[in-house]
Amino acid sequence: MFSTVLPYLLSGISVGGQYALIAIGYTMVYGILRLINFAHGDVFMVAGILMVYITSSGVPLYVAIPLVLVTTAAVGFAIERVAYKPLRTAPRMSIMISAIGVSYTLQNLVLYITGGLNQFYPSIPFISETVTIGGASTRMVTIVTPILTLILVVLLVLLINHTKIGMAMRAVSKDFETSRLMGVKINSVISVTFVIGSFLAAVGSVLYFTNYTTVIQTSGNMPGLKAFVAAVFGGIGSVPGAVVGAFIIGICENLLKGLDTILIKAKITTGMLGFTTFSDAFTFALLIIILIVKPTGLFGEKQTEKV
Amino acid sequence: MTNGKPAVRVKKLDRATLLTIIVIALVYVLAFVLEQVMPSTSMLFTVLKKGATYALVAVSMNLLNGFTGLFSLGQAGFMLIGAYTYAIFTIPVAQRLSVYQYYDGGLIQFSLPVLVAVALAGVFAALFAFLIGLPVLRLKSDYLAIATLGFAEIIRAIFQWDKIGLLTNGSNLLRLFPTFNDFNIRNAQGEVVLHLSTLVPFLITGVCVAFIVLLINSSFGRAFKAIRDDETAAEAMGINLARHKMLAFCTSSFFAGVGGAMLAMYANSVQAKSFTTAMTYEILLMVVIGGIGSITGSVMSSFLFVACSEWWLRFLDQEQVWNGWKVPLLRNGFRLVVFSVIIMAVVLFFRKGIMGTQELPDLFRKRRKLNGKEGGRS
Repeated sequence: MFSTVLPYLLSGISVGGQYALIAIGYTMVYGILRLINFAHGDVFMVAGILMVYITSSGVPLYVAIPLVLVTTAAVGFAIERVAYKPLRTAPRMSIMISAIGVSYTLQNLVLYITGGLNQFYPSIPFISETVTIGGASTRMVTIVTPILTLILVVLLVLLINHTKIGMAMRAVSKDFETSRLMGVKINSVISVTFVIGSFLAAVGSVLYFTNYTTVIQTSGNMPGLKAFVAAVFGGIGSVPGAVVGAFIIGICENLLKGLDTILIKAKITTGMLGFTTFSDAFTFALLIIILIVKPTGLFGEKQTEKV
Repeated sequence: MTNGKPAVRVKKLDRATLLTIIVIALVYVLAFVLEQVMPSTSMLFTVLKKGATYALVAVSMNLLNGFTGLFSLGQAGFMLIGAYTYAIFTIPVAQRLSVYQYYDGGLIQFSLPVLVAVALAGVFAALFAFLIGLPVLRLKSDYLAIATLGFAEIIRAIFQWDKIGLLTNGSNLLRLFPTFNDFNIRNAQGEVVLHLSTLVPFLITGVCVAFIVLLINSSFGRAFKAIRDDETAAEAMGINLARHKMLAFCTSSFFAGVGGAMLAMYANSVQAKSFTTAMTYEILLMVVIGGIGSITGSVMSSFLFVACSEWWLRFLDQEQVWNGWKVPLLRNGFRLVVFSVIIMAVVLFFRKGIMGTQELPDLFRKRRKLNGKEGGRS
């Protein structure tokens, strides 16, 4: 029984870690700007495409990976400056539409550059290797992801709680206007947020695409949406919440993918029920349930609507 | 002042409305005449048919996003329900075995007349909207957006589930149902006598949009706008929030469903896979380009959007040589890049879109309005 569940559990933890790295970008931006950054999933995808193109131009991996991380952070910074900063005083809906526009633009740009073909992600030594845990064969990336995710999250939480910029971030997310009056440089805080978010998304993309091996212009959609759901699930605005939410969603989704096999092996059912179709839908069902039962998420702060 | 105003308004309305009706009638006549004269393979008709379809969906989305202030991103899901309902009920009985080849001809062994099926498409979409609306409409702004988006994804997954393949044909194509081209009237030899394949979608869209315009100008419409402008104030004025939101949501979904049926007729086949979030985004961008809160704007921008993406910008996808100089960058996909840059420019710098919140009659009334403003100032 356990040996049937284990591979799905492992890949769930791995995917969960990758979602967590994307979800942090969503949750931080939402915390500060109250904006669902619909383009974040596409930034993640762009990181994948950058990796493909940088390595295929002959740059060795130990240079390529840092280069990808830095370039993606720069892309995130540029998007904020070009598409969101001019709309700072506009209604929230305008910024959200702008985010959708950026997402559309990035996808079309990548479609143009790649010609709409699947790009093969370079295999990275060590994390692409196959290992066997408890009889389940999997890739090294499965083990590396949760560890790396936890390290990065701890670093981020330290940054938020113990540095000056972190304090500024907390202040801005608490009250935008007041912190501006107190002399917090709003624009640089927002830029730092986007840089951190995009950087983590790039780390996530290296891990994610090592597992899935191909990148196409729409690769960012589903992971992006799921990471967002994870952020909402954990309580949007809360970094630890996003991480917990991401792991829960990753694990549940993968268990659902294997549910047919698990049930058959446990002799509960005899035929395939086709639950795999619902592995994506499940995430959204979870979102809707959490929004109705506890809209602030697992760790979210309660907010009262003021007139 | 409030007592005197309506009388003056009626006079003004009459003239501008009359002009509007004449303009719209001219467009219909033009569409009809062009179709008889020009070869039916012309790109123009592709644009007109697809444009009419998207115009209806964009207007239905505008009813929700622009007039009621409910930021919903579930349009593609409701279109999917509409498209499937239409396709399932209109495939001729004789063809069912070949369409549902993996499911022994499917469950339903009858077919309905086209217009009944189109109406049914709307009804089913509205019914789903009602069920979804019960929990979801309590949410606000971006939470509502993401929840409706989620529901659209769930609907897409359910329709691909092979356990209900007897009804939906699983993840396979639904095809061989009546399309726009079947509206052409043919003689005994099978030659087309009267082209109606563009006029019919125009008529369907026209009737539906007219209904939405009437709804917006009714007391319901005023309640919608009040909810958009300030929910708390609207509630304090005695507007039943839940009921009006639900009404707007269901109406919008009804027409999205009809739009979905039209899209099925336009595309000749239906597959759940194609009703993605990207489709909703495109419709949203049409609404934004036209002006959030303007029906006329949504209609115009839908046609412009379709014309640009399907026709006018096509040349960007092919390599061009001018006087022996090869124009750089032109390659497959460049059209979409240019297009997205234009859209971003509209979103960032022309936030009001083409029409702002104005409608067609307002354009004819413009001069008087200006006079009125000057009078007000002095």
